[in-house]
This record gives sequence, structure tokens and C-alpha cells, in this order.
Amino acid sequence: MKLDKTGPLEYSTQQNQMNILGFWIFLGAEIMLFGTLFASYFTLENGVGNGPTGAEIFEIAPVIWETIILLTSSFTIGLAVHAMRINRKNATLTFLAITLVLGLAFLGIEIYEFTHYYHVGATLQTSAFTAILLTTLGTHGAHVTFGLFWGAFIFLQIKKRGFTPETTNKSFIFSLYWHFLDVVWIFIFSFIYLKGLM
Amino acid sequence: MEFFERFAIPHPSPLIYASMVGIGLTVIAIVIGLTYFKKWGYLWREWLTTVDHKRIGLMYIISAILMLFRGGVDGIMMRLQTAVPDNTFLDAQHYNEVFTTHGIVMIIFMAMAFIIGMMNFVVPLQIGARDVAFPRLNAISFWLYFAGAMLFNISFVIGGSPDAGWTNYFPLAGTDFSQSVGVNYYMWALQISGLGTLMTGINFIVTILKMRAPGMTLMKMPMFTWSALITNVIIVFAFPVLTIALLMGTFDRQFGTHFFASTNGGMDMLWANLFWVWGHPEVYILILPAFGVYSEVIATFSSRNLYGYKSMVGSMVLISFMSFLVWVHHFFTMGHGPLVNGIFSVTTMAIAVPTGIKIFNWLLTMWKGKIRFTVPMLYSIGFIPLFTIGGVTGVMLAIASADYQYHNTMFLVAHFHNVIIPGVVFAMLAGLTYWWPKMFGFMLNERIGKWGFWFLSIGFCLAFFPMYITGLDGQARRMFTYSAETGFGPLNMVSFIGAALMAIAFILIVYNVYYSFRYAPRNVGQDPWDARSLEWATHNPVPEYNFAVTPEVNSSQAFWDSKKNNHQLFKEKRSKIHMPNNSGVPVIMAGFFFVFGFSFVFSIWIGVIIAALGIFACMAYRTFENDHGRYISLKEIEETEKKYGGAK
Repeated sequence: MKLDKTGPLEYSTQQNQMNILGFWIFLGAEIMLFGTLFASYFTLENGVGNGPTGAEIFEIAPVIWETIILLTSSFTIGLAVHAMRINRKNATLTFLAITLVLGLAFLGIEIYEFTHYYHVGATLQTSAFTAILLTTLGTHGAHVTFGLFWGAFIFLQIKKRGFTPETTNKSFIFSLYWHFLDVVWIFIFSFIYLKGLM
Repeated sequence: MEFFERFAIPHPSPLIYASMVGIGLTVIAIVIGLTYFKKWGYLWREWLTTVDHKRIGLMYIISAILMLFRGGVDGIMMRLQTAVPDNTFLDAQHYNEVFTTHGIVMIIFMAMAFIIGMMNFVVPLQIGARDVAFPRLNAISFWLYFAGAMLFNISFVIGGSPDAGWTNYFPLAGTDFSQSVGVNYYMWALQISGLGTLMTGINFIVTILKMRAPGMTLMKMPMFTWSALITNVIIVFAFPVLTIALLMGTFDRQFGTHFFASTNGGMDMLWANLFWVWGHPEVYILILPAFGVYSEVIATFSSRNLYGYKSMVGSMVLISFMSFLVWVHHFFTMGHGPLVNGIFSVTTMAIAVPTGIKIFNWLLTMWKGKIRFTVPMLYSIGFIPLFTIGGVTGVMLAIASADYQYHNTMFLVAHFHNVIIPGVVFAMLAGLTYWWPKMFGFMLNERIGKWGFWFLSIGFCLAFFPMYITGLDGQARRMFTYSAETGFGPLNMVSFIGAALMAIAFILIVYNVYYSFRYAPRNVGQDPWDARSLEWATHNPVPEYNFAVTPEVNSSQAFWDSKKNNHQLFKEKRSKIHMPNNSGVPVIMAGFFFVFGFSFVFSIWIGVIIAALGIFACMAYRTFENDHGRYISLKEIEETEKKYGGAK
């Protein structure tokens, strides 16, 4: 395997470069996925039937906390990649762990939010609006859950194998994924919650 | 016993019971055959676990041909049912199921698989690569497609077929009007195979962008590779829309949501919109690789380079962009007013312009060329006028106000078969015949192949041209029968005869494979067609590592240059070659996906959970696995090359 020593380790082999490009294209597909959800959301937003509207069920406090926590986790995963580039294994592992704990906290609040919706009578079956709301949030939440497992597996691999072209490549790609979830959340925050509360 | 009642067929008929017995006997025969000839190990080592793009391509193509016959039988059954007025061969429900499965099988499991199979086999060879960018992912793509196809195909013997048309419009596809589990099968079969297709899309974009031979800039790629690149870009942007639509459809049917209902705030036309936002790019996913095949074949057999290379590329890019801007023309009658209809009417007509450019480029490639009328060339020449007729009737359909007359009639059915059969099916047969020596090292018989072509072309014209007339006279599509007073009888009989001729054509094509396998000479050499592009610069059939030495390229027809213009393709010395290892994980993971889909269809949640855990276990296994591939030693390469006669 040819190693290119000039760039960062995660770009050092041709396979690594292809993995990163492939993941960017995958994120393009993910944009279409969430774009479709948003388009459907805007279509069905006013289809509340006999159910509640967004303004009636949204609570700003948990949403703000979710936003702060997820944005912070995006910052810490960035620090993890930075630590990786300057070859600091323990720092990388620490920041990765913080990221995952923040992700878990986000998920916890989201679960609380879902039970709140359930108690105020906004379930999947209530109306088209509640269904698309919960589907959009749920798809994002499922991505975060998947990311938690993925990140934990990468944590274990770095711990065991140290920085290799493979582990750095995986960590970098994971960081792209995590940042992307953050971007999606910003759209959810702005166009679902803030718009709904107005 | 109550548990098993859900698997019963809602509309049993002797035909379905006969199929059940047939499927059972075939499975038993395959199992006994594999055991008796001790082929299980061979099957596992060489095929089920392979990550070789050539073998995956072949598996796609073989599956596609099987699906062609399944879908073809559905088609023949429809033509038989409507051949005479008031026929009772199929009842209304059975007819609904047959036209639904015909559409899905032909588009998703036949045409898509054929195209992706062809891309798998040809693209890495055309760009001088050893394999695709992600060989393991490629195997997962194939096995997910296969799991989806099998899931779809067992529907008619376990639980019932989908019956709401391949477009599956809600509320017809909702649980009120389609009560069997059929549409659940539709949702999950498409979801699983669609995931595989999306991964193929990513895989091929990276392959084509990153793994081209030295010297092959983007504008020096062979045209089929260009068409594959653009197609895969469309795949990546179109398929996620389908993913979400299917997810919402599943929720509506199985979790009681109201996305596509007309109560509780739902909107039934949302399905139609989402479906066609995916569905219209999908038809260009089908046709662009077909255009690529024709470009290769016409250039080769006219002994000329492709006319208007840049405009070919430009028109494909334009088509891919515009394919996302025309979806509303599938439901002009929905009632969204003249402005919206007008806009989509114009975009639809505009897409005929780049398509027309391509037609003229092919004609000008043949102009003053030395044309050889081989089987692939016959299909390509047949394609041009037939496809043009399909295109012109497409522009007729694009006129929104006139569309109120044709909408949902046999005119539409005639139109889209007129573009898909001479477009995609002819291209796949042309490509298969053209690249056959590349795949297997012998040629298909030309004489039988020509008979096949004429039967198929004449059968096609007889089967579909009458539908234009009955459609304009008001024969609605998807009606299982009609009365004698309508006067549709004679023309429908002509259609049936045409369909029968097409069936004969396909039997001839399969017989040709058998005949050529037995009698065709095996020493066809490296270049049986006097071809032009890079895939012909290696041996037939292709060795595992494709090229012993990475070729160097300076034009889109590198092989022609090496033959006629003293271009030296292979400059480097041979050295050991790095190859990926085989893996059983993709096929096992697809098995879990199959169980997942099947359990979900019948709402067996314990099965869903177990299968989901299995899928995640496969992914976890993969991330912890340490697999650095293997090397083919120089000695092994020398021996292989010597066996082929070793000049190159």
C-alpha cells in the first residue's frame, strides 16, 4: 500500500481518499433524504385535522437544551479530529467520549420530548402533522442513535490499535457524519420549532 | 394454526397453486442438484462470497434475465386476458396483481439489474481499474437487490401480491382498498433493493472519479462510462426520495398514520408527487446507460469514432438535470391549474431536445461509415426509428391540454413500452451480445441472434402499435376486460400475437446461449469485433485482475489508437497485484434483510427485532474486522498471461 506522507493520516492511502469522497456523496444522498422529509413536513404542516398544532405542543426549553448540547458535541468532535491530527491519542479519546456522552444526553431529552407529545395527545396516528413531525424528528434521532454505536466502536478501535490509516480514516468520516447531523438539527430547530412557535 | 393463516393467499386460483408446486419443485431440484454434484462449496467460495465486479455483474445479469421471464409471463397473461372481449382467463383481482407485478419486476428487478450488471462488468474495464472503489459494498448492493427481488417474488404464493399498480397510488394502496399484505411486500421489496441501488450509485461515482487509468481525463472516458457516471449521480439524488415515500407508505399501512389519507390532515396526492420525483429520474436512470451502450456499439460497427463526443456528454448532463423537473406530467389531470401544467409541459417537451441531439449524433456516426450488420448493430439500428416514435408520442403526451384525452389510456401504455423496449431492452440485448465474448470467451451465434432480433422487433410493433389506436379510441389501461361492442377486440388480438412473437424471440435468445455454449469456437482472440475502447485491451474472458499492467491512455478510444496509431498502452513492468478478499458477510447480511422484510410484511415483530440485530451484528463485525486484502504474486500473473497466449 502506498502511503502519502504529506497530508494527514486519514488521507494517506488511495482507499482512504475514496472512502472520504464516497462518504461525502453519501451525505449528498442524506441531504435528499432529509430534504424529502422537510418538503413533506411543509406540505403537511397545516394538516392538523382534529389534533393539536405545533404552537400548542412545542416546548422551547428542552429544544434549546437539545440544540446547545448537540452544537457543543459538534465542537468536541472537531476537537477530537484536531487532537488526532497532532497525534494525541488520549485527547482524541477524551473528546470522542465527551461527544458520545453529549449525544446520549441529546437522545435522552428527545425521548423525554416524545413522551411529552404522547401525553398531550400528539401521537403518530393523531394527524398528518404529528405523523410527519415525529417521523422527521425520529429519523434524525435514529441517525444519532446509530452514530452513538458507531462512535463507540471507533473509540474501542483507536484505544486498541492506536492511530493507523484505517482508524484515523474512520474517525474523520464519523466526524463528518456527526457534523452533518448537527446541520440537519439546525434546520429542524429553525424550520420546525421556531417557525412552529411563531 | 392461527399464526399460519396470515400466509394464505387471499385470491387463490389453479394458476397460483400450480406456481406454488413449480417453485417448490425447483427449489428441491436445485438443492438436490447442488448436493449431488457436490457444488455447495464451489457456489459459496466462487459466487456467494465473491467481491469481483465481473462476477457480481454476471450475477446481476443472470438475475435480470430470470426476472425478465417472470415479468414476461405476467405480460403474456395480460395480453391473453385482453385478446378477446369478455375473456374470463383472469378475474379482475388477479389481473390487478399481474399488471402490478409486471411493472415492478420489469423496471426494478429486470431493467435496473440488467443495467447495473452491465455497468459492473464493463465500467472498471473501460477505465482500466482492477475493481470498483468499494468491492465489499458492491457485493452488499447485489445481495440486497437479490433479497428484495426474492421477497417480491414470493408475494404471490405467500400472503398475496401487491395489486395497486406499480405506481401504487394512495388511497388505492391504503389498507381500505388493498387489504392483503401485497402492498406491504411492495414497500419492503423496493426499500431493500433500493438501498442496494443507492450504494451502487455511490460506489460507481467514486470508482469513475478516482480510479481511471493514467491519462484518462473525464473527457477521454468511453461514452458508456460517461453514461454510467451520470446515471449514478441521478441514482444518488433520486433514490432517497423513494426511501422516504416508502417509509411513509409503510407507516400508513402498518402503523395507522394519515400521510396519504384524505382524513386527519393527510394528502393523497403527496404520494403521487414523491413517487414521481423519484420515478421520473428513474426512467432516465434506465435510458442513459442504454444510450451509452448504443454509443459504443454504433461507433464500433460503423468503424468510426463517435460523432459529437462533447455534445453527447453535454446532452446527458442536461437530461439528468431536467429529469428532476418534469415529474408533474405524470398527473396533469390532478387539477393543479394551467400555470403549473404549462410549466411542466414545457420542461417535458424541452427534454426532447438533448435526446434529439443524441439521435442525430448516432446517425452522423453511421454517416459514411463502413457499417457491419452484426446482431448488436441491428438492435442499435432498430432502436433509432422505434425510439423516435416513442419520443414523438411522448411529446404528444406532454401537451397538457391534450393529455386529458390520452391520460390513463392504452396510448400511454404504448408510449412507455415504445421507449423502454427499443430503448432499454434492445440496448441490453445489444450490450449482452457485444460484451458476451468479454464475459465468457466465445461469441453468440449470429444467425440465431438475427432471428431473435427480427422476431422481437416485429413482435414489438405488432404488440404495441395497436394500443396507440385503441388508446385514442378510449380503451383505458388496467381494465381487465371490455365488451365486444367497443370494437377493441381485433386490435387486442393483434397485440396478443405480437406478444407471442416476442416470447418466441426470448426463447430464441436463450436457445442461442445454449447453442453457442455447445458449438461456438473458443479461440475468439482478444478483439473479435474490431472494437475501440479500453475494455478490449485485455483478454477474453477477463482474468481476475483485469489488466496485468495498468494501461496508459490518451483518448476515448485508447484500444483503437493502440491498434492503428501506434499508441503504447502498457508501459510499466508487471508486478504483484493487490486484490480484495472474498467475504461471506454481504450475503448473510442480505439474508437478515430478507427476514427483516418478510417479518415486517406480516407484522411479526419478534422476527423484525431478531433480523435487525443480525443486520447490526454484521455491520459491527465489519467495523472491527482487520482485512487488508491479498496479493496475486508475479509468478501467478506470468502463468495466467502465458495461458492466454501472452503477447500483452
